Amino acid sequence: MYWQSVADFLAMGQHGPYVWGSVLVTAILMIGEPLLITRRRKAVLTRLQRQFHAEQADGRRLTRSDESSAPRSLH
Amino acid sequence: MSHRLINWFRYASPQSFYPLAGKMIPWFWMLAALFALAGLSIGFLFAPTDAQQGEGYRIIFLHVPASWMSMFIYLVMAFWAAIGLTLNTRLSGMMASALAPTGALFTFISLWTGALWGKPMWGTWWVWDARLTSELILLFLYIGFIALQAAIDDPRRADKAGAILALVGVVNIPIIYFSVKWWNTLHQGASVSLTRSPSMASMMLWGMLLCALACWMYAIAVALMRARTIMLERERHTEWVHNLLTDRHGQAR
Repeated sequence: MYWQSVADFLAMGQHGPYVWGSVLVTAILMIGEPLLITRRRKAVLTRLQRQFHAEQADGRRLTRSDESSAPRSLH
Repeated sequence: MSHRLINWFRYASPQSFYPLAGKMIPWFWMLAALFALAGLSIGFLFAPTDAQQGEGYRIIFLHVPASWMSMFIYLVMAFWAAIGLTLNTRLSGMMASALAPTGALFTFISLWTGALWGKPMWGTWWVWDARLTSELILLFLYIGFIALQAAIDDPRRADKAGAILALVGVVNIPIIYFSVKWWNTLHQGASVSLTRSPSMASMMLWGMLLCALACWMYAIAVALMRARTIMLERERHTEWVHNLLTDRHGQAR
């Protein structure tokens, strides 16, 4: 280990703000990016699932009304 | 030989790429975490101080890998864009779109850490010299690519327009890389070069290479994640996405 103490490590030889400012922003961005992608993915899945079920329900209603109207047209 | 070719193309279809990518992502995350842990502990805990720059030099362990990635991701993005333009494959456009935000992120990190490194060493956050300006142009190229694609509704046309922008912008990459040789600049020369032995202590070099590997693994994991989401959106009318949505327990998701 290169450092004598935790304070020594945090001070970074008077370059602390520059070093830790770099680390902090890099960490926020590289943790934030995958979190944002996961959120977008969940939103997309929910939306597609809702659309898909709505389309299926529409399809079912259409075929049912077709069936009910079909015999009547025979008369 | 021929069956290898078929296998290769099989994974070029979103339908088979999607579950494969899903299986690979956790492994890339694990490797990224391991390399980052090793690289950062060497860089921040064990590496000796720099004779000229003191402890501030430790920004190198973030700055150099991010800068490498910013250029390399652009080349990969332009490669996929070119494949998409010539072969008209669906997956290539999605890969190019998936890489752009990550490339922009690394470019921003490179500029940000560069500014925080420049202030204590050069006495200024920013100078309009060749290296810094061309890296800023790279950020604008990424942003331009993302904005252009977002402005066009039809994804196939968006891919084509983006691809042309990406390919024109490739000329900027050698300019960034060789700028410290071609022009006088405040920026120091290359830290690692293929033509001569590295000018830095081996522990510093190892820390930096491990951090760079971590960034590689991170970039692959994140790009695959984003590509999967783009696939879902673009292929939402296909049967395989419908099957995926009805599979409630989500094995393949």
